[in-house]
Amino acid sequence: MFLESVLIFAKIIAVVAPLMIAVAYYTYAERKLIGYVQIRIGPNRVGPRGWLQPIADALKLMFKEIILPTKANRYLFIIAPMLSIAPALAAWAVIPFADGWVVADINAGLLYLLAMTSLGVYGVIIAGWASNSKYALLGALRSAAQIVAYEIAMGFALVGVLMAAGSLNLSAIVHAQATGYGFLGWYWVPLFPLFLIYFISGVAETNRAPFDVAEGESEIVAGFHVEYSGMLFAVFFLAEYANMILIAALTTLMFMGGWLSPFQGTGLEAYFAWMPQIFWFFAKMTLFLLLFLWFRATFPRYRYDQIMRLGWKVFIPLTIVWLVVLGVMILTHLSPWFASTAG
Amino acid sequence: MFKQHVKSLLLLELLKGLRLTGRYLFAKKFTVQYPEEKTPMSPRFRGQHALRRYDNGEERCIACKLCEAVCPALAITIEAAERADGTRRTTRYDIDLYKCIFCGFCEEACPVDAIVETRHFEYHGEQAGDLLMTKEKLLALGDKLSDEISRDRASDAPYR
Repeated sequence: MFLESVLIFAKIIAVVAPLMIAVAYYTYAERKLIGYVQIRIGPNRVGPRGWLQPIADALKLMFKEIILPTKANRYLFIIAPMLSIAPALAAWAVIPFADGWVVADINAGLLYLLAMTSLGVYGVIIAGWASNSKYALLGALRSAAQIVAYEIAMGFALVGVLMAAGSLNLSAIVHAQATGYGFLGWYWVPLFPLFLIYFISGVAETNRAPFDVAEGESEIVAGFHVEYSGMLFAVFFLAEYANMILIAALTTLMFMGGWLSPFQGTGLEAYFAWMPQIFWFFAKMTLFLLLFLWFRATFPRYRYDQIMRLGWKVFIPLTIVWLVVLGVMILTHLSPWFASTAG
Repeated sequence: MFKQHVKSLLLLELLKGLRLTGRYLFAKKFTVQYPEEKTPMSPRFRGQHALRRYDNGEERCIACKLCEAVCPALAITIEAAERADGTRRTTRYDIDLYKCIFCGFCEEACPVDAIVETRHFEYHGEQAGDLLMTKEKLLALGDKLSDEISRDRASDAPYR
């Protein structure tokens, strides 16, 4: 029993520690990529090519004073960042990095993920309310309304995945995508609209540009975290980036075949057989992570009513229509994706 | 109407935007690594002020106060008196760099090319008053940079 808990603890450390480093260097990648798009070169002063920049940023935030606004609700103010990072980290428990490499291989993995990603919004709402500041409150309200709208579209997209795979277990979902047609055998082909909607809703869920109205620098200063400073602010920051990495991982698992090689079943498979499964998983994740940054560097922020229109009047009807189409595909055992799906 | 819906549904405009920023991602960057690299500078650059001397060591300024009069920021303060040899000289020539807007009018107004603005712009003050330039400080800077100042004036002379 004791040994088992030590093992679980070691597994958690093995997931969370690299995740924190990934978050640090993701911020560095973001600043570099946005710099390059704007024909600048980005941070390059701290360490060779600026590689130590995220460390310097982290140290700076650690030594900064945490200011508690006088009229703020102290307890909620301090709990809010924790509420936002806890689900962002907890969700990683069910992510299979390679075949069998998962902390908790539970059968209701997808439901667990839906629950965890939805909980993240409480951190934002409580932060906005506890700050006792009008900008923070406005940011929290916007964030709440946005997440309600996009959660539904996201949920429907996931319904599509679970119809196709016939399982809520993420490892099983990946296995179901091993159809022997390489990257064309993954679910992004038959579920293409759901794939797009899932990823775009993911961008909206994590409050990233162009859906970052909850922060909206030019309108409401910094939204829900205006009053936060120092380490408390850093925790919100960590949560946001951990969530982005999570969305990239989920998109990879559910639509891009997780750890599967893109050459599976093709002539090239033997040449790439030496590549570890985890490499493919990270390569696909990196692709989506770069997309997040590319979006931020490209698109202006959506107007609030446009966000609501997109969520309620475009995404939700589209997903529902595609669920019907998907039903037909499954019933007709459309090859290769649904050849062996029970229907 | 229908065409527009198809266009927005296929995200065509958004992809166009992504393509554009994607192209810029690989464009040549024109960042100048400032302390190590510097951009070319005109001989007319208007930096910190200096008072010049003639080649024989005599200060040029004759205390005509034209610069004081023309200064739009009222940054220059001059007091004049007769020197022992009977010439008119300044006893006080102050430029308040906090007020100065570096317009270069003082240099334009000067009939004897005494007050000039140099290329020297990387200066700072460490104590209150360090940026209140006095006659001594201005003359010292003029002596230090005299070669550079005359070179710049000479290279610009054909265009004046």
